[in-house]
Amino acid sequence: MKILVCIKQVPDMESRFRPDSAGVWYAETDLAFRINEYDEFAVEQAVRLKEQLGGEPELTVLSIGPDRVAEAMKKALAMGCDRGVHVQDTSAHLRDPFQIASIIAAYAKGEQFDLIFTGLQSVDRGSAQVGVATAEILNFACASTIVKFEYADGVATVKRELEGGMKGIVQLKTPALVTCQLGLNVPRYPTLPNIMKAKKKEIVVVPVADLLHQEPLVQTSSFYAPAKKGTGIVLEGDVADQAEKLIAILKEKTAVLR
Amino acid sequence: MKALLIGEYRDGKLLDSTYELFGFAAKLGAETAMLLVGRESELPSYGGTLYLADVGKVGEYNPDLHKKLVLAAVEREKPDYIVFQHSSYGWDLAPRVAASLKVAQLSEVISIAEGGFELPACSQKMRRTVKPASPVVVLTLQGGAFPGLKPGGTPQLQQIDAETTGGVTFMGYEAAEAKGVDLAKAEVIVSAGRGIGKMENIPVIAALAKALHAEMGASRPVVDSGWIEHGHQVGTTGQTVSPKLYIACGISGAIQHLAGMKKSGFIVAINKDKDAPIGEVADVLVVADVMQFVPTLTAKLAK
Repeated sequence: MKILVCIKQVPDMESRFRPDSAGVWYAETDLAFRINEYDEFAVEQAVRLKEQLGGEPELTVLSIGPDRVAEAMKKALAMGCDRGVHVQDTSAHLRDPFQIASIIAAYAKGEQFDLIFTGLQSVDRGSAQVGVATAEILNFACASTIVKFEYADGVATVKRELEGGMKGIVQLKTPALVTCQLGLNVPRYPTLPNIMKAKKKEIVVVPVADLLHQEPLVQTSSFYAPAKKGTGIVLEGDVADQAEKLIAILKEKTAVLR
Repeated sequence: MKALLIGEYRDGKLLDSTYELFGFAAKLGAETAMLLVGRESELPSYGGTLYLADVGKVGEYNPDLHKKLVLAAVEREKPDYIVFQHSSYGWDLAPRVAASLKVAQLSEVISIAEGGFELPACSQKMRRTVKPASPVVVLTLQGGAFPGLKPGGTPQLQQIDAETTGGVTFMGYEAAEAKGVDLAKAEVIVSAGRGIGKMENIPVIAALAKALHAEMGASRPVVDSGWIEHGHQVGTTGQTVSPKLYIACGISGAIQHLAGMKKSGFIVAINKDKDAPIGEVADVLVVADVMQFVPTLTAKLAK
């Protein structure tokens, strides 16, 4: 059995974002990068499936981007993936979701994967398109937004999270792709021995030009901070002072403080 | 200009959010037609062309078949825009349609901008304006971004059908977990978010809740991490609340959380990130480390 998990490296969302020189995405200066949160659940679920099947499946982790994404891939390898495929692309941030899906599908086509795991969405772009579009191109069965995953004999049984806490139960025949929602599992922390072992695992570098044959369908014309709608009061400075000011405001504006 | 609107139907009911599609089409100034996998006894208040597939036959979640129905309606209507809500139905189905047609998809549209559409970026902290470069464009709309609009009238029904070959089988629904706490009735809610750092800090937030005679709420990551039971979750997949006072402790303000609490009477947010999206809905934003500020506030309230 062959399993693929796709991850993206993204900035910490608590960062301050500024437009890059072209004004179409964020400038990378001063940003700390990590694995996209949704994708950590995808990696964990793929590793659990490999463990469930006695370690037999070969588990490949794929990421698209510049040199820095190797760091995210190393973490996935330390969590239990067997090998990495780094699609080297310094312009990945300019690709639209369908182009990204096309790159993944072009790689996956020759590899005969049985299952592909992706995150529901990235925290920076948030299109929620890449996983589903990849499945569509590959003609894989696909379910998005999964919060539970079980596998037996070529059939995955998953729960999709719907609005209001309701869930939909769906069965997928492999080959299949699932997109993982937050809370699907509890992603493990790599242990030190596994971090050391991961250093010896292979990361194959593939130039994006080998896989990208799709023109962009969407152009970003500008990237900016939203106009501040917040008419709220901002309290800064000393904590004791902030607390006193807040209590005074609550006494004046709400009827809940007695 | 024409928009094909894809309505949404869940567990036998037309979803209200379907009317936001009409609100969007009106802002765009587009003619409309609608596709709905539903039932003749439960139709939207709309006088235009409605392609109806019988949910009894098709099923509510059969993405391959729903995709083919959309493509069949596209063939007949030749729309410029194919519009979904950005919901668990829309974000699942829209990329299948866009990929089949090899056309642009724009996710979670917030507004119509000069020469394009405005989308969120960086978990709602930033925005970008994008221009589609294909003749047909698939859109999903952020929930609540466009006002619901009931056009009125009786639909002109067109039956529509397709065959499926997909490897996906819908087995049924699982009801939401019973609420442990009824937050809807609470006058004051103090909610904990990821910013509290660890499970051991929950009692610090609980102490503030107690001092204010409040119920405890929580954001999704806190529930997912098992720091507090699901019954406390506020947001799209938890409870929708509107207390007189809502205090968000270390909650950055994901759109799903904001949707569940923004109608609160008075909102206080405590966050060390001044730019966190929660600031957009807060009446007071306290820029501070939540674990330093909350004990100080609790102590002062006790005096």
